[in-house]
Amino acid sequence: MIALGLEGSANKLGVGLIKHTPGQPAEILSNIRHTFVSPPGEGFLPKDTAKHHRSWVVPLIKRALKESGTRVQDIDCICYTKGPGMGAPLQSVAIAARTLSLLWGKPLVGVNHCVGHIEMGREITGADNPVVLYVSGGNTQVIAYAEQRYRIFGEALDIAVGNCLDRFARTLHIPNDPAPGYNIEQLAKRGQHLLDLPYTVKGMDCSFSGILAVVDSLATQLLTSHPKPLLTPSGEPVTKEDLCFSLQETVFAMLVEITERAMAHVGSSQVLVVGGVGCNERLQEMMGLMAAQRGGSVFATDERFCIDNGIMIAHAGLLAYGEGERTPLEGSTCTQRFRTDEVLVRWRK
Amino acid sequence: MTAPPPDPSDATPKTLISQGAEALVYRTTFLVPTLPALLKHRPRKTYRHPTLDARLTKHRVLSEARLLVRARGLGIPVPAVYFVDEANGSIFMEWIDGSSVRQVLDAILASPGGEGKVDAMMVRVGEAVGRLHKADIVHGDLTTSNLMVRKVGGVEEQEGGAGEVVLIDFGLGQVSTQEEDKAVDLYVLERAFSSTHPKAEKLFEDVLSAYGRSWKGGKTVLRRLQDVRMRGRKRSMLG
Ligand SMILES: Nc1ncnc2c1ncn2[C@@H]1O[C@H](COP(=O)(O)OP(=O)(O)O)[C@@H](O)[C@H]1O
Ligand SMILES: [Mg+2]
Repeated sequence: MIALGLEGSANKLGVGLIKHTPGQPAEILSNIRHTFVSPPGEGFLPKDTAKHHRSWVVPLIKRALKESGTRVQDIDCICYTKGPGMGAPLQSVAIAARTLSLLWGKPLVGVNHCVGHIEMGREITGADNPVVLYVSGGNTQVIAYAEQRYRIFGEALDIAVGNCLDRFARTLHIPNDPAPGYNIEQLAKRGQHLLDLPYTVKGMDCSFSGILAVVDSLATQLLTSHPKPLLTPSGEPVTKEDLCFSLQETVFAMLVEITERAMAHVGSSQVLVVGGVGCNERLQEMMGLMAAQRGGSVFATDERFCIDNGIMIAHAGLLAYGEGERTPLEGSTCTQRFRTDEVLVRWRK
Repeated sequence: MTAPPPDPSDATPKTLISQGAEALVYRTTFLVPTLPALLKHRPRKTYRHPTLDARLTKHRVLSEARLLVRARGLGIPVPAVYFVDEANGSIFMEWIDGSSVRQVLDAILASPGGEGKVDAMMVRVGEAVGRLHKADIVHGDLTTSNLMVRKVGGVEEQEGGAGEVVLIDFGLGQVSTQEEDKAVDLYVLERAFSSTHPKAEKLFEDVLSAYGRSWKGGKTVLRRLQDVRMRGRKRSMLG
């Protein structure tokens, strides 16, 4: 069985083709992406992002078919991101999916974006039943599987961790290319001083707005030296690098802690990190140290699968398709809100 | 003249009973071999920056000990504190003879018709949390693992009967008069219920109504809980 997957819930447009053969690992035929990058100091707006997706969706699909040598008649279904995400970009991709479905006469399968990340992560890493940390620009969730659903054990109570990093990057005028989080990671490697920042964990939940407010005002002080230059407690000047380092060390410690709480709670020693922030090597390293202390290990993927992509939508969609799921044309809507635990996971025991 | 500090690490053997999220928890004795005690030790977390790790561990050991003492002074059922060593990250406290609400729930719900048997326990959970909030103590990590039920007359809780509900694990707690903090406490507990005991989800209503009756500010906190839930749903707007 072969599925085409279309993803566009945020600023990446992804197209993927996947092949499932019973008893074998999934085969990735194509996995390509085009990113809408906004200028430094700015976020991506829904309208511009939707326009980006509309203008790139056809060339990207053509390229995926051509590169992989896939013929239209070999495709079994068309999978698209139903949500969660930004309304306008989701819609532009859903329209592309519906059009192809009518044009080619193929069934549609609407996919939950978060479930896409989880299933692709499991497939690539071979992690069988891990606790999942899903961290991206719009989501921060600690998830474990039980009784046919991915249940959310913990989450950010206010803004997502990626959103916190992105907004801080904007204040400090860190470029959005290739991604703000990536650029923060590179700067953080040269940080020396750890500043005292708010650390907020409540059970398996956490909160990032307090730390963002503090680090944002420190960033402004650093840039303007107003009302006075920013110094460490021992009197040395604080650098951009120090701020990035302190922010990363603190928010990642919070993430690792809530993940560890969930692992202790469900009695698991495997952890899988997915979502764009999951590419961060420092986060992966910290997670690995935690898992090792518990006698387990961390599973993570690289940017091809961590960052939003079409292949994960194709993969999760095809798993559902295999269980007989179809999304009728009338029902092929999308939704900004779509919780991970709403999906009935038929394909797992 | 002050007496030398007691040496808690007396020769008693320690038995590891749990590796929780942050702590290693041992069963041991305190001062005399006949006084059973619990040793809670927070080891270094190698994944954290050492400065941050030291700051968090010290803060948590001290706030756990302070809140236990404060709650106990007000007659709220919590273990008594015997000895605190914040530099080393450890607390010795009263050994509670019983099991966690989580274990009791799992055991009872596994038996046919179990749901009817836990009502009374749910009421006692709601009341215990109510008393805590009335005293302006916010727990910070309310789960069914952090609530224990004492054995009655040496017998394990089975019928959801009379065993006293004891609150433990206050490392993330704080003193707060804010309705918001109390509502988040309930929200955390609600989600612990639904994710850990999917079958018992509706039992949580009993917890909430007992909570609402148990103290004067309870109703207001319950209203605030609605807002916290709403925010939870709105939050999932972006992929
Ligand atoms: N005072 C106590 N008496 C008996 N058992 C306890 C006591 N305190 C904790 N426990 C047991 O140890 C487990 C872990 O302790 P807890 O304080 O919750 O640490 P953690 O932060 O690791 O969750 C609890 O879930 C409970 O089963
Ligand atoms: Mg605990």
